[in-house]
Amino acid sequence: MKDLIKIDHLRTHFFSDKNVVKAVNDVSLRVREGETVCVVGESGCGKSVTAMSIMGLIEEPGGKVVGGSIEFDGRDLLKLSKNELRTIRGNDISMIFQEPMSSLNPVLKIGQQIMEPLIVHQKLSKKEARARAIELIEQVGISRAEQIADSYPHELSGGMLQRIMIAIAISCGPKLLIADEPTTALDVTIQAQILDMLREFKKKSNMSMMLITHDLGVVAEMADYVVVMYAGKVVEEGEVVKLFESPKHPYTQGLLKSKPIINQRQDELYSIPGQVPNPLDLTDSCYFHDRCAHCMDICRTKQPVLKGVADQQKAACWLYEEAVVHV
Amino acid sequence: MAIHSTPVTDAVPAAKTTPKSSSLFKQSMRRLLRNKLAIFGLAVVVIMFIACFLGPVFSPYADNKIHMNVMNKAPSMKHWLGTDALGRDVLTRVLQAGRISLTVGLASMFLSVFIGALLGAIAGYYRGIVDQIIMRIADLLLTIPGLPLLFIFGALLSEWKVPTNYRMYIVMLMLGLVNWPGLARMVRGQMLSLREREFMQAAVVLGLRDRRKLFNHLLPNIVPLLIVIATLNIGGSILSESVLSFFGLGVMPPTPTWGNMIDAANNLIDFQEHPWLWIPPGFSIFITVIAINIFGDGLRDVLDPKQKR
Amino acid sequence: MSDALLEISHLKKYFPIHKGLLNRTVGHVKAVDDISITIRPGETFGLVGESGSGKSTVGRTAIRLIEKTSGEVKFKGINIYDLPPEELRKLRPSMQLIFQDPYSSLNPRIRVGDAIGEALLDHGLVPKAEIRDRVLEVLQSCGLSSYHIDRFPHEFSGGQRQRIGIARALVLNPDLIIADEPVSALDVSIQAQIINLFRKLQETRGLAYLFISHDLSVVEHLCTRIGVMYLGSMVETATRDELFKNPLHPYTKALLSAVPIPIPKLKRERIVLKGDIPSPSNPPSGCKFHTRCPFAVARCKEEVPEFRDAGGGHFVACHLV
Repeated sequence: MKDLIKIDHLRTHFFSDKNVVKAVNDVSLRVREGETVCVVGESGCGKSVTAMSIMGLIEEPGGKVVGGSIEFDGRDLLKLSKNELRTIRGNDISMIFQEPMSSLNPVLKIGQQIMEPLIVHQKLSKKEARARAIELIEQVGISRAEQIADSYPHELSGGMLQRIMIAIAISCGPKLLIADEPTTALDVTIQAQILDMLREFKKKSNMSMMLITHDLGVVAEMADYVVVMYAGKVVEEGEVVKLFESPKHPYTQGLLKSKPIINQRQDELYSIPGQVPNPLDLTDSCYFHDRCAHCMDICRTKQPVLKGVADQQKAACWLYEEAVVHV
Repeated sequence: MAIHSTPVTDAVPAAKTTPKSSSLFKQSMRRLLRNKLAIFGLAVVVIMFIACFLGPVFSPYADNKIHMNVMNKAPSMKHWLGTDALGRDVLTRVLQAGRISLTVGLASMFLSVFIGALLGAIAGYYRGIVDQIIMRIADLLLTIPGLPLLFIFGALLSEWKVPTNYRMYIVMLMLGLVNWPGLARMVRGQMLSLREREFMQAAVVLGLRDRRKLFNHLLPNIVPLLIVIATLNIGGSILSESVLSFFGLGVMPPTPTWGNMIDAANNLIDFQEHPWLWIPPGFSIFITVIAINIFGDGLRDVLDPKQKR
Repeated sequence: MSDALLEISHLKKYFPIHKGLLNRTVGHVKAVDDISITIRPGETFGLVGESGSGKSTVGRTAIRLIEKTSGEVKFKGINIYDLPPEELRKLRPSMQLIFQDPYSSLNPRIRVGDAIGEALLDHGLVPKAEIRDRVLEVLQSCGLSSYHIDRFPHEFSGGQRQRIGIARALVLNPDLIIADEPVSALDVSIQAQIINLFRKLQETRGLAYLFISHDLSVVEHLCTRIGVMYLGSMVETATRDELFKNPLHPYTKALLSAVPIPIPKLKRERIVLKGDIPSPSNPPSGCKFHTRCPFAVARCKEEVPEFRDAGGGHFVACHLV
């Protein structure tokens, strides 16, 4: 399979007063055609910032992509002009967010908001765009499409709005859909509907998907390939079944063990001790070292690099560095 | 809000390990010190206060005696800002006027903040009928434009022949009484929104007494707002007093205030020939009010970041 | 039933909907519609439901944080809605609530130590000189350090703030803690820490919990009995093992099958529900679930199913069971 998007050594920093927060700190990942890659991590790990960097949504002076490249379909998105980026955004790459309510304009009718990208990117006439919008609303599983097209965002429930967001996102037939916690704000029964729908679309249109989530259950259901992030870095990545069956990085192991699972009751849940490190206090070390049960001397003084540790699995951990293991 | 700030706040770090964190007030003050413009404003206000309250002590002309031989003299080495129609030193009088104007501004601010905060807090905390009564009175006062109301009061004072040395106190009282409704409204609004905050529900669950809820939970959350409003209010009070006195309805000569000194500009000859009579008091009002407002804005930014423009 | 710690019977809470200039009441949101729950000392009752199910409202009316519309709530045999305000205030320390949002439930201007200790002071439970010791003790048992005592809430992370909220409730030595989605605002690794803390505290102090959550996997780990709510009504209650092994109500089944499980190869029979949760201001007739129920028959639309014992204390409200 061909790489659709390839991110290399991406660095996105945020600046405040005198401090620099390295929100995305040397992240490389790729999504191949027709593949679903899930980026998992806790709040503040840089998973959303990675997505925003792809979309060119990092705004100066607060933040800036300071290094790396994002190659999409052979072109480096970071080198494109604003206009060129705009034709790609919403057309070839589209994005859905966690809060559908705040990503829709409250004073415009739903129909108009779906038609807008169709008129701008696909150069459809108003009438064609309207017909297509109705079709899209039906496609995302909403009945009474005509009526919904003429209603305002506040008249719909969260689940409906997220469907509308998906309708807008897929309206121009994107090659890549970036979904940033698309179901986190929704109830489980609605989440199940939305995930089913996304899966189905992907199958039908051979679209690639980058799904950002903190929920390992969602990852297991959706992903082909998983990238685990911690404190701005990728700590582990791999094919989904392998990664869930034998996670290599102690953080991934901890995450998987600490999630309560239905019908698998434990008396005490495993929990990773401590807190996510302060992004301002990071030193040259493994960022996970003070929460890690296997912490060695080298973990405190040197940062491990991401490297192959098993078939289709990479981890950034000194435990898998042979020279160290034998010492 | 810009998108870029979200991920940064997401990554709120764990508490650092210092033994005791300084009070929130100290933290705000430290941030205020970094705001150069606000500190400049504060410096101007402080200098103005010191000059007005200490300046006249060192002036050889502080007795306000009439000197017929030096009437309407232009600025010179002897009289830095010239003299007025009665031969009094203008600089000394501007500083003396400043004492009155600043005192009136401060006193009426304290009065209006006291009344406004108290009534607003009561209305917002108890709601119901108490709230209705207080707020309807406030609404009534707000519907009458302040300045005309003050004019009528001022005119009545002249009609009733109130002795001039009392008028200063009455002006303070008037200004204080006119300004409280707006303030009461803001405090009440703040109270209402605080009441609904989850930490107030937590206070109910804990079974805390009303007194503690009011003084330990609600009040500390309102104080920053009060400080900001109070500061900005001083500027407004100084201006109102000046306007009143300018029209001869506030503090009366011979007690000097910046307002009644500018009255000189009402006289065409003085306006054209003797600009040193009205420019200095006008300029004093101008820089004092601007400085207070700049400082107030700075205060608001550190104490009440939500209100940032 | 004299051994019950908390006895909620036929509790109803309707929120009026106001409209127009005259603020006329045009309808009611039936947030809680005839709910009965009994919790014994030391027991953990899990209340599960989606948004709009009214589970949080049950928690709040159960301790009279908001007033009921009708029904009865007895705490240790005392009808708390009959108590005059001062009596109620004195009873409050023994029934505590832990909030979902660890950010807004702490007053930003009060130091952590004062926030935990002030209720002790107000109720005169502990001599003033000993308050600090008690606060330190409870901080420790909630996994916080003594140097945290003089800090302000904004200096803490979400997980730590939730520990502060728990400490604040715990210091009063309550018999009952109502926990309203206490872990849903937290990250996975922190969630596990807090769930373990809840469990540990129960073992050491014999607390009873009413644990409100939308997350079935969390509830399974903590609760001995579980109730499932839908649109203000209880649809099923059973012991944990019974509910997870043998769910009877179609909604419970759907809910169970909708929770994503972190095992990639697992293939499950999933019941995907149609449509959205109806608005609680205008709930469907008959069985409130019939609009989304994959097994609904004509009778479901007309008749309200009775909430009855299907055997061995497993209660369910469904015509088809």
